Amino acid sequence: MKKGYLKEGNYFWSGDIAAAEGAIAAGCRFYAGYPITPSSEIAERMALRLPQLGGKFIEMEDEIGSIAAIIGASWTGERAMTATSGPGVSLMNENLGLAVMTEAPIVVVNAMRGAPSTGLPTLIGQGDLMQAHYGSQGSYELVTLYPSTIQETFDLMLHAFNFAEKYRVPVMYLIDGLLAHMYESIYVPPIEEIEKKIVHRKRPKEGQLPYEPDEDLVPPMPLIGEGRNIHATGLTHDERGYPDLTPQAQEKLVRRLNEKILKHERDIWIVEEYMTEDAETIVVSFGGEARAVKAGVDLARKEGIKAGMLRLITIWPFPWEYIKKYTADFVVAELNYGQMYHKVKEYAETPVHKLTKMGGEIHTPQEVLKKLREVSQ
Amino acid sequence: MSIFEDMRNKQEELLRTERLPHVWCPGCGIGIVLNAFLRAVIRRKIDPEKLVVVSGIGCTGRTAGYVNVDSFHTTHGRAIPFATGIKFARPDLNVVVFSGDGDLFAIGGNHFVNAARRNHDLLIIAVNNFTYGMTGGQHGPTTPTGAYTTTTPYGNPDRPFNIPHLAISLGVPFVARWTTYHVNQLQNSIYKALGMKGFRLVEIISQCPTVYGRRNSMKSPLSMMEYFQKNSIIKPNASFEEMELTYNGKIVVGEFRVRTNIPTYEERFDDVIRRAQNEN
Amino acid sequence: MRTEIKFGGLGGQGIITMGFILGNAAAIYEKKECVFTQDYSAEARGGASTSEIIISDEKIDYPHVLKADYLVLMSMSAYRDYVHKLKEDGVLVVDSDLVAPGAVEKRRIYGIPATKIAEDLGNPIVANIVMLGFFNGVTEILSNDSLIQAIKDRVPKKFWELNEKAFMEGYNYAKNNL
Repeated sequence: MKKGYLKEGNYFWSGDIAAAEGAIAAGCRFYAGYPITPSSEIAERMALRLPQLGGKFIEMEDEIGSIAAIIGASWTGERAMTATSGPGVSLMNENLGLAVMTEAPIVVVNAMRGAPSTGLPTLIGQGDLMQAHYGSQGSYELVTLYPSTIQETFDLMLHAFNFAEKYRVPVMYLIDGLLAHMYESIYVPPIEEIEKKIVHRKRPKEGQLPYEPDEDLVPPMPLIGEGRNIHATGLTHDERGYPDLTPQAQEKLVRRLNEKILKHERDIWIVEEYMTEDAETIVVSFGGEARAVKAGVDLARKEGIKAGMLRLITIWPFPWEYIKKYTADFVVAELNYGQMYHKVKEYAETPVHKLTKMGGEIHTPQEVLKKLREVSQ
Repeated sequence: MSIFEDMRNKQEELLRTERLPHVWCPGCGIGIVLNAFLRAVIRRKIDPEKLVVVSGIGCTGRTAGYVNVDSFHTTHGRAIPFATGIKFARPDLNVVVFSGDGDLFAIGGNHFVNAARRNHDLLIIAVNNFTYGMTGGQHGPTTPTGAYTTTTPYGNPDRPFNIPHLAISLGVPFVARWTTYHVNQLQNSIYKALGMKGFRLVEIISQCPTVYGRRNSMKSPLSMMEYFQKNSIIKPNASFEEMELTYNGKIVVGEFRVRTNIPTYEERFDDVIRRAQNEN
Repeated sequence: MRTEIKFGGLGGQGIITMGFILGNAAAIYEKKECVFTQDYSAEARGGASTSEIIISDEKIDYPHVLKADYLVLMSMSAYRDYVHKLKEDGVLVVDSDLVAPGAVEKRRIYGIPATKIAEDLGNPIVANIVMLGFFNGVTEILSNDSLIQAIKDRVPKKFWELNEKAFMEGYNYAKNNL
């Protein structure tokens, strides 16, 4: 076994530790960040572990610098990550747009806490779902993933980095105040098995321009230091990467930035369908909240209510086909005033109900059951 | 081929000539600085494949778009942390931040002081033209008190940064200031800085005749250059007060601090890796 | 089967550590499904400290204690705050010098002067470990070996002996007195 590598086996980890270890297992060797509750333990774990593997950790002066540094590192070929929570994402959003525009693969973890503003620093919130997609200026698509268990927080990191590299796009990795600090049993497979599944970014063919897409709409990525004289800019640019401030260049570039993700949405979509087959009511949920929903669905089933759960693991691009395929009524359970509710409503042809809480704690299974009783009457 | 032709050819190889003409106004000082930089790079025989230029936003921020090396035109104020990421990931590269005073010291001020404090191995070429040129001549963090700009129509009540002193206070190993009039000294300082390690700052007082000079009784590029010529004093051991820039006052220039053997962040992190791997 | 355990006391008593050690032992040394949470909001209530452990043979969905099978308390304020969380047929385990239970006579109560025993061992800091040993003596929820191993994972080597002793004192107190 290589030095610094985790041994296969059972561990008892928090979501923050699992996110850090998952990233390392997925090949991340560069981390820049700024401490913020409830994500700080990710930085602490990275500070401990990355140097053991010869990787780089730096605590920057703020979140703006942190994301700038990982974009720079990404251009050297690193699988680079930062972690923060909502206030930090607000600061990162301008450079998140730079990563979108320059097509730099990065992973940004947001441990969502109660918000707006400083809100509930230590407690769960799910109010940053729209921010994850629409935080930076302009019209763009990116990938947002959101696990529900500590095991999944570890496992899903591989997908986060693979999607980032495959599609040259920033990936928002949501966890929340519950998952960040909650410890849970987890099994880590042999790291070699994970490494076999690592997808590396495509490299340009001889003579291929830095922003000349392949058929999949994704341009292979040149790296710093290869003598390719890369130029990357946040300005609208042509396939050479040179500024081209015309409506035609804007149309071509921004349309492709959106379509390179939407074209592959079926590859990116990950959901869990729990007892949905014969369900008359399906609760749509995600993250820490989905743990209450699953327990609530079980209670409902015991009472003969035909309930199921659709858990969105991919939040963006929105897995709309999984809404369209069901004729059941929907309940959207989320810890905000109603965000994914609107996305579900956009695609559902049946009634859609809200089950919301403003954050601080997840619903109890009894609260979920109560809603299911109401709706199924 | 004369040595002049040879230099010219080598400079052209370092420029994206297909992108010319550039966006800078006639008489702008940024071209002079770029010229000095390229000559210093050529003299140092730096492998262009190992040279990276990172800029922020603004007139000087456009420099990254003209150099024919790996080059990044980032967001406003964020050139230094972007460059930090590159350098930290690939310590073998020569990473140069080429940006303006507003970008580096106002919106990017926090990054400047912290990167300087950590002593990242970066060369910072800071073009100081006393104003925000690209947005039409507003006052910035280096505009002298009393100067007229589009946002100080009654004279600037604000105080400017004393940039060399700021850098010295942060322990920066190389701190120099020249004006665009001092082309040879400037080139020599950049040449010297390229041969050193750690955080290196070269501030260049530059003319912006278009939006700064004409509001401050220096309508032509020439009159600004004449101002630099007449008022510059070379004084390497200048005091805090002497380094301060005042409205149409004296400009103290020189290499204010040259220190070798201050460990860089990247070197100190190599020790971290060694300790982590030994304990492991 | 899902078992819910809630620990409560004051900051500095090692309430969080107690929960973490139990969780670590269950997860790593007995390969059970286990979830451990800390109630941060409790910190706002004047130094109160609480942690929760769910142990199960199956995947755990809802991660919090709904009705505790076991309530382990080391302060009166925790008793007042959490006694309603105990199941009708649940078990209450207390530091008998610190907690005087009121009208919960229907439920089984087990007391140990854990802090006093820890002081007698030379260090009151191990009161939580005495308590944990006692709790395991009462419930036999995990093997002593698993718990002692988990304690060793958590504390520096020079304190292993003291902690193991504290744990066994608590465990034997249960076996000798109940």
